[in-house]
Amino acid sequence: MKEITVLSGKGGTGKTSITAALASIAGKAVFCDNDVDAADLHLIFQPDIQEVFPFSSGTKASINSMECTNCGICMDHCRFDAIDYNNEGTLVIDPYQCEGCRLCERVCPEEAISAVENTNNQWFVSTSRFGDFVHAEMGPGEENSGKLVSQIRKKAMEIAKNTQSDYIINDGPPGIGCATISSISGSNAVLVIIEPTISGFNDAQRLVELIRLFNIPTYAVINKYDINLTMTKNIEEYLIFENIDLLAKIPFDVEMVKSMTLGKTIIEYNPTSIISGQIQEIWNKIKVSQDVVLQ
Amino acid sequence: MSYKIAIASGKGGTGKTTVSVNLFKGFNELRGKKVQLVDCDVEEPNDALFFCDAEVVDVQEVSQMVPVIDSEKCTFCRKCVEYCEFNAIVVLPPVPFAEINPSLCHSCGACSVACEDGAITEHPKPIGTLNFYKTDENNGLVEGKLKIGSTMQTMLIRELKKAIPGINDIIIYDAPPGTSCPVVETIHDVNYLILVAEPTLFGLHDLKLMVALVRELGLEFGVVINKVGLGDNAIYDYLDKERIEVLGKIPFDKEYASLYAVGEITGIIPDAIHQSYTEILDVLNQKITHHEGNNRIKW
Repeated sequence: MKEITVLSGKGGTGKTSITAALASIAGKAVFCDNDVDAADLHLIFQPDIQEVFPFSSGTKASINSMECTNCGICMDHCRFDAIDYNNEGTLVIDPYQCEGCRLCERVCPEEAISAVENTNNQWFVSTSRFGDFVHAEMGPGEENSGKLVSQIRKKAMEIAKNTQSDYIINDGPPGIGCATISSISGSNAVLVIIEPTISGFNDAQRLVELIRLFNIPTYAVINKYDINLTMTKNIEEYLIFENIDLLAKIPFDVEMVKSMTLGKTIIEYNPTSIISGQIQEIWNKIKVSQDVVLQ
Repeated sequence: MSYKIAIASGKGGTGKTTVSVNLFKGFNELRGKKVQLVDCDVEEPNDALFFCDAEVVDVQEVSQMVPVIDSEKCTFCRKCVEYCEFNAIVVLPPVPFAEINPSLCHSCGACSVACEDGAITEHPKPIGTLNFYKTDENNGLVEGKLKIGSTMQTMLIRELKKAIPGINDIIIYDAPPGTSCPVVETIHDVNYLILVAEPTLFGLHDLKLMVALVRELGLEFGVVINKVGLGDNAIYDYLDKERIEVLGKIPFDKEYASLYAVGEITGIIPDAIHQSYTEILDVLNQKITHHEGNNRIKW
């Protein structure tokens, strides 16, 4: 079984649209939405939720004002600037700054501080027309998305083993921070979706540098390649230099946007379109080269 | 006091950077006031790409303090393990073995407080840089750039916001995508928040997530709809129903997208797009004047 993660560095390059299209043709596979911050794949999958799990992203400190003497020891120890005096001169915690390290609780001489668990996140095991699907919903402003990504990937792996699936396909988050690192780690291959813009190219290069730290086979797709042909050419040269297989150059086509608006993949919307053919080609190439790796 | 505006969006690629850079340049021209652009998308900072003549004037390295255990002094009492909420410390008394995993460490300092044997010392580990650019006589851009492989993006944003140079009339924060901690770190203390959304299925869904966050934070906000003409009308119905202020609608233009691709977004702006920015700047200027008026009364 092979785990393939779709990433991009820059947001909005087409990760989810392409992941959904691959889902239409991937056969026996489990799907996992690793973009837990702003999950969108479920809008296309329209999953039937089978199981719901709470996820604790850690704790937040809370000061009991009845016991607090406003001595400020906690504030001096907090390295996240999460404790300060309010207008009335009382110490308060800013829950959005608090990282839940609980040091304030331990140093408080009055034992006035307690930790409150965050359970404002949940994740789901679902079925869908494409196969089993693991996805999550984070509460607004929550932290530790990396930990949540690891959690749902573990579940996807378990399901894939139980159902003897051939592939797990992860729709990854943008960026190169903790959620992306959690998403790459342990994958068998990464598919990078690059948009031919100065920022799309720049972000893809930072992402490739990150993937190199994990030494994972990497493939690329240039999406909306005709937005700027010069930039596309620069990216092609870069990919050759980096020895990354360019699997397809997908044109900008409003059909792609239309299909998404209707909640359909491009393959479902128009199976004979040029892009649908390219998606099939991308999948075949990944399959073949992953089989070579296997042998 | 500076008037702080953040540009955010749940979804990536909706146009945060384009809007941020255009507003920054618009404020420069309109007001003759001191404006600072702050690129808080530290994982993938791109604002500087759109200033071909910007000059780097300073680079500062930012480090997190990572603790190290001296096994000569360590008595293997495991109190640090008990204090660490991030499971970053392994202490095995029978071996004896004591080590801290820096990639799990949040640099909270709890282990240093826990240790009674003086066995823990903290050492700087670089997490990224703050890059200061001069864009013209008065104004500047500062960006945070996360070191590749670091997971400390929120800490870097916090340090970036502390390091904004000079006394500014207006500060513009270009936020990272998403709705989690790095976004909150960027937007939590602003006077006004602009959400850039696109009229697509994903764009609307992620806008709703952002609206939930922003309402919880109690921030004043409005929406700029970008790429108008793509997608469908669902977003307009939603904004109408929720009575959310729409600051402007920027039409989708494939030719402009092509110019954006090579970093030219402020030179040759199509009339319709230019008109949208003028309207957005007008609304923001009214808000800033109102804010300054309020400050004067308080004074």
